[in-house]
Amino acid sequence: MNSIFGNNIKTIEFDALIIGGGGSGMRASLELAKSGLNTAVVSKVFPTRSHTVSAQGGITCAIASADPNDDWRWHMYDTVKGADFIGDQDAIEYLCSEGPKAVFELEHMGLPFSRFDNGRIYQRPFGGQSKDFGKGGQAARTCAAADRTGHALLHTLYQNNVKEGSNFLNEWFAVDLVKNSKDEVTGVIAFSIENGEVAYLKAQATVLATGGAGRIYASTTNALINTGDGLAMALRAGYPAQDMEMWQFHPTGIYGAGSLVTEGCRGEGGYLINKDGERFMERYAPNVKDLAGRDVVARSMVLEILEGRGCGEKNDHIFLKLDHLGEEVLNSKLPGICELSRTFAHVDPIYEPIPVVPTCHYMMGGTPTNVSGQAFTRKNGEDYLIPGLFSAGEAACVSVHGANRLGGNSLLDLVVFGRATGMHIQNELKSGGGVDPATKSDIDFSLERLQKLNESSDGFDTAEVKRELQECMQNYFGVFRRGEFMKKGLDQLDELKNKVDNLHLKDKSDAFNTSRVEAIELQNLYEVAVATAVSAYERIESRGAHARDDYPERDDENWLCHTIFDPLNKSVSKRKVNFEPTKVDAFPPKVRTY
Amino acid sequence: MLNNKLEVSMYRYNPEVDKFPYMKTYSISKPSKDIMVLDLLNLLKEEDQSISYRRSCREGVCGSDGMNINGKNGLACITPISSVIKKNKIELRPLPGLPVIRDLVVDMSEFYAQYEKIKPFLQNETTAPEQERLQSPEDRDKLDGLYECILCACCSTSCPSFWWNPDKFVGPAALLQAYRFLADSRDLKTYERLEALSDPFSVYRCHGIMNCVNVCPKGLNPNKAIGEIKSMLQKNKKDIIVSDKL
Repeated sequence: MNSIFGNNIKTIEFDALIIGGGGSGMRASLELAKSGLNTAVVSKVFPTRSHTVSAQGGITCAIASADPNDDWRWHMYDTVKGADFIGDQDAIEYLCSEGPKAVFELEHMGLPFSRFDNGRIYQRPFGGQSKDFGKGGQAARTCAAADRTGHALLHTLYQNNVKEGSNFLNEWFAVDLVKNSKDEVTGVIAFSIENGEVAYLKAQATVLATGGAGRIYASTTNALINTGDGLAMALRAGYPAQDMEMWQFHPTGIYGAGSLVTEGCRGEGGYLINKDGERFMERYAPNVKDLAGRDVVARSMVLEILEGRGCGEKNDHIFLKLDHLGEEVLNSKLPGICELSRTFAHVDPIYEPIPVVPTCHYMMGGTPTNVSGQAFTRKNGEDYLIPGLFSAGEAACVSVHGANRLGGNSLLDLVVFGRATGMHIQNELKSGGGVDPATKSDIDFSLERLQKLNESSDGFDTAEVKRELQECMQNYFGVFRRGEFMKKGLDQLDELKNKVDNLHLKDKSDAFNTSRVEAIELQNLYEVAVATAVSAYERIESRGAHARDDYPERDDENWLCHTIFDPLNKSVSKRKVNFEPTKVDAFPPKVRTY
Repeated sequence: MLNNKLEVSMYRYNPEVDKFPYMKTYSISKPSKDIMVLDLLNLLKEEDQSISYRRSCREGVCGSDGMNINGKNGLACITPISSVIKKNKIELRPLPGLPVIRDLVVDMSEFYAQYEKIKPFLQNETTAPEQERLQSPEDRDKLDGLYECILCACCSTSCPSFWWNPDKFVGPAALLQAYRFLADSRDLKTYERLEALSDPFSVYRCHGIMNCVNVCPKGLNPNKAIGEIKSMLQKNKKDIIVSDKL
């Protein structure tokens, strides 16, 4: 990988390029493969290794199976409320009303959903779900394939892409976006991990479907590959990120290991206890108890621990009790959890509670897009679509999750907006849309970072710098936040900048050089971490997952809005939340209790 | 001091510098608590950046880090070192039988090609209903133990029949998936699927050695699925098969 500048690298041309082979990327590619457009999925891992595979509990959608009277409007109400009222209601309306179509499509593709006796898809209760706009009690709206729904969904999508003959560039790693002089996106620079070959992948439409970046924190449920590559590429290209202060801490990550234990455990009747054996959620959320929003449950757990009622020798975790459900239910409904718990917590949930602790789980923010997946930037306080750039899934912020995502809504987000993005690109390209070509110097510009890393002869160690970054984020931008601490964190991030820019790549070889990948991933994590830190510091209120103990109240007067992080001057501006759904009246903000 | 060092003997090969693969021994302080083989690899990689292996979910569901650990195939991320240490030693090699790209990373093209060959997708050309196709819980139960495969290749690369004929014997992983669709009440290409498997190699190279069952990190049983396929092939008459499902 010596001289990559100039004419030495080859160009591979596609109509559409999808960066990321998880749920949203493969749902988009499936739509495009069927359309006959020349599409490729660029994935740094073989697609079924993507993090969608780890989703457990299910995909929430009003398919009216558990309850024949279920209504997508109720799902919409729950999602708006769960989002603490900064989810865009046009997008949430689209998510919930198009959802059933997208879920039935998955079933037709072969997804092995669990079933009710009448043969319909099994649905289980999840947190934050209600009937009749919060007035009709707990709903059961999460469609499940045992507790392996993400695995079943991801494999089904891969299988159908095989069926439709999609192109995959597997184990190719996208490094940076390429832009032309009109600020349009014309593709990416990428290299083959297997042999180091660098190429300019040119496309009329580039979709960032690269998932989340939970690895900015030291403790996360996320896979090691969740390093925010697409979002970071967009930030480096000067495009903004929205609502980056909003990170979901899942109540039940396995203590010490971080692996996720699905909310479905509590949906099936499990509950949390403190060291006194008390079911403490009865105090924090008297109505729905353990099935309150994830932000509410996570904060309650941390408060229990801070007040000395945590479990274990160090009183630093909480127990998730499942044994009362009985062996049969656990083996049929939660087999994967039993397996994970035995492996990582050395505990068999049939007999003992699982030690759990709130763990970073999901990035509600991301590259801002409209409901068609078109990414936008901001000009003079208005949205301005970026020609050639799209995003979907966790990498994007459309925004359906606002300040707090409801369980089971991420898988629905993937398929609904992956599909919508694919459909939009198809229409756009078939009606003559597209972007101008990039020049040689445009391409060289995007090669610089890779070139610098390849030429490094000294500098900092990737593993060490990554640890510093993750500890900084964990300490100062966790479940509870405070201005003075966040200021410290911001200063630390400033100091880290030089290290991140000057990593030493000791191994320069081409064949499956994972240290090169890890160095670039760290640079990506850094971009996401800075966007998170600045946005968190600037939002001076508490809302959803963003809980400040120096500003404990929600402030609708000043902060019923999105934050837009501008990477060029590291500043935050406000953007209006959409309150204009087309089929129902908007749900106005109100006090959020469970 | 005698026992607090752990010796890790690792298969190393970088095609750009090594003419032949070799085993390299690393000596590392024994971790104070039991860790997974993947954690051990991550520690070693901090010392020697050039070590290469695949990994993603680190919880046994993505299937990236299949490798040969002290002679047995398994996933590094869910194999505690305490379960494999022998005389203070651990030996790590790539999955056997596939070409090595570098160190513990193998070229899985042949494995994936077999998977694609069995048409791993639901085939049902009847018009789909507006809602889901119905399936009884009993019919859905038939997919348990089949659909959970993570394509880690631990089974196929431990199978002598696959070593001999990786191009013609479909191998336990892909056969498990072949049966996953044969067993699905919603799939209507039973006859065609069986026809495609009826040659002397695709299925019949399985001699019931059972290594696949022995190593599967998800506790699945490809051998049983292969047995089911064989018995379906025995009675492979179009009318019988199709009427069975409808």
